[in-house]
Amino acid sequence: MPYALCFLLFMIGLYCVVVKKNMVKIVIGIMVMEYAVNLFLIMLGYRTDGIAPIIDKAQFDPETRQIAASFVNSSVDPLPQALVLTAIVISLGSLALMISICIRTYGKYGTFDITEIRRLKG
Amino acid sequence: MSIPLPVFVAIPLVTAFLLPTFGKKGKAAATVIANLVTVSLLVLAVVSIIQLSSGDDPMTVYKIGKWPIPRGINLVLDGLSALLLVAIGVVATAAMLFSARYMEQYTAKAKYLSLFLLMVAGMNGVVLSGDIFNLFVFLEIASLASYALVGFGCEHEELEASFKYMVLGSVGSIFILFAVGLVYGNTGTLNMAYISQAIQNAGRLNPGLGFALALFIVGFGLKAALVPFHAWLPDAHPSAPAPISAMLSGILIKALGVYALARVVFNVFGVSLPIGWLLLVLGLLSMVAGAFLAIGQWDLKRLMAYSSISQIGYVVLGIGLGAILIARGDNLAWASLAILGGLFHLVNHAVYKSLLFLTSGSVEMSTGTRQLRQMGGLAEKLPFTRATCTVASASIVGIPPFSGFWSKLILVIAAIQAHFYWVAAIIVFISLCTLIMYLKVQRYVFLGELPEHLQQAEENKGPMLVAMVFLACLCVLMGLLVLVPGLRNSILEPAVRVLTDGLTYAAAVTGT
Repeated sequence: MPYALCFLLFMIGLYCVVVKKNMVKIVIGIMVMEYAVNLFLIMLGYRTDGIAPIIDKAQFDPETRQIAASFVNSSVDPLPQALVLTAIVISLGSLALMISICIRTYGKYGTFDITEIRRLKG
Repeated sequence: MSIPLPVFVAIPLVTAFLLPTFGKKGKAAATVIANLVTVSLLVLAVVSIIQLSSGDDPMTVYKIGKWPIPRGINLVLDGLSALLLVAIGVVATAAMLFSARYMEQYTAKAKYLSLFLLMVAGMNGVVLSGDIFNLFVFLEIASLASYALVGFGCEHEELEASFKYMVLGSVGSIFILFAVGLVYGNTGTLNMAYISQAIQNAGRLNPGLGFALALFIVGFGLKAALVPFHAWLPDAHPSAPAPISAMLSGILIKALGVYALARVVFNVFGVSLPIGWLLLVLGLLSMVAGAFLAIGQWDLKRLMAYSSISQIGYVVLGIGLGAILIARGDNLAWASLAILGGLFHLVNHAVYKSLLFLTSGSVEMSTGTRQLRQMGGLAEKLPFTRATCTVASASIVGIPPFSGFWSKLILVIAAIQAHFYWVAAIIVFISLCTLIMYLKVQRYVFLGELPEHLQQAEENKGPMLVAMVFLACLCVLMGLLVLVPGLRNSILEPAVRVLTDGLTYAAAVTGT
């Protein structure tokens, strides 16, 4: 069920990119898609009542060099969180570039409406 | 001693962040340094391909920080990566040399140089990465740099093209990230070799992985501008400064699109009949639609951009044909011939299309226009540009002995041997359309009456000329890559084997 809602969020973003005529709204649509994917990645590693994936003394038995089974069974997967951190940094960079291009375009054309910004065709 | 693979990413990346500190006074120094970087990357790439072909191992695996895979990130250099590295090196060297003079007409040259090197770093990373998330990160580095470079002039058209490119490119990137997430969720690893093993052990694709493969094809298809996803290319490539158009059309769409697609389909997911047919159809559509749209254009660079779509179709067609034959289990010799044709066409196209865009930049710089109707008779005014443009046109059309002839010949032979006669017929027919396109360029730019306002046009000297002549010489000599068996066995064959042997990639990476 959460996956379906996440996919719905993704589709809302895609709809917004495809249908909207305002440049800023298109940028918002792209960001909604981006966040839907980030949410999806986080959900991949999520566990109900999970614990942080850090081994401390209580979970590690130095004599047998074994990690407690409860740790393996309940810790969340840290890798998707690392992926999401990277993806957020990348999307911040692309958002900054997109917004600055929007601002420069507004300066040139005086509008955000993409139906009026059409010098290139053919 | 083998070259440590991270230098291919580290050198341009470090230089890219140093160059903007030079400021206005250090512009000349920044240009020299940037040129040194691209030349040294080319030399390193050539050295690495020689080492790879003379050594016994089919690939070099570099584990970053000595972390064992799949916990750490690895870089993999095999035949296909090495081929792409050399192609990136050649195009980047020529385009950088050309920029040394061409970019004097723009402000903020140091920023341009650093964005250029950032793009090169991203592309080198994409072709070397053995980790699928890392591939996404490098792909985004290269794409973001290219979005900014397309809008570098900050005029009406450039901003519009940049925005369009950026929206479609970002959607493509998000699709790829989504697919990476799905793959991780289904296989529990991000290393391409381990993903491949997990898929082989499962025996078949489950729905999640199937959806991921579809998303990969759409995402990389958007980056490669295959026909249903091509809308951004004819706007973005002409709007960029000429050396950047050469980089984008010459190599970016191949490194980010075709290479990544081939790597994911052949080495990670494994080929199947439907995927092969899909690639073949996408290739044919791109070939036909690109060629027909190009003939009607009157803007020089826009014509060349549409022709890029058509040419990328040839590459994907060759690879798709190979995939069909492998999946059917037919005679593998014809499959590897088809893939050889596709990959050889990829390298050829990198050289001649970047040369064509450089000559278009030279014409634009001399005349101040890109409209074919406003030009004419420039053959006397621009003799070198004319000569190099003719060589490139002859190559792209496929006139022997220039490079394009050999790759198209191989594709036609492979199609006939595999009993795809209609494919062979379409390849020949689209070659004729390409001939019409470039005859139109020659006719309207270099022949005919010289208009009054172009009497003062002058040939561009110095580095621009060197860059164009360098690429023109390559166009003439590239045929040797298939004709001399020694060169073919050491450069093209290893790249073909990477794709035909497909799933042995996983065993080779994990075994070492």
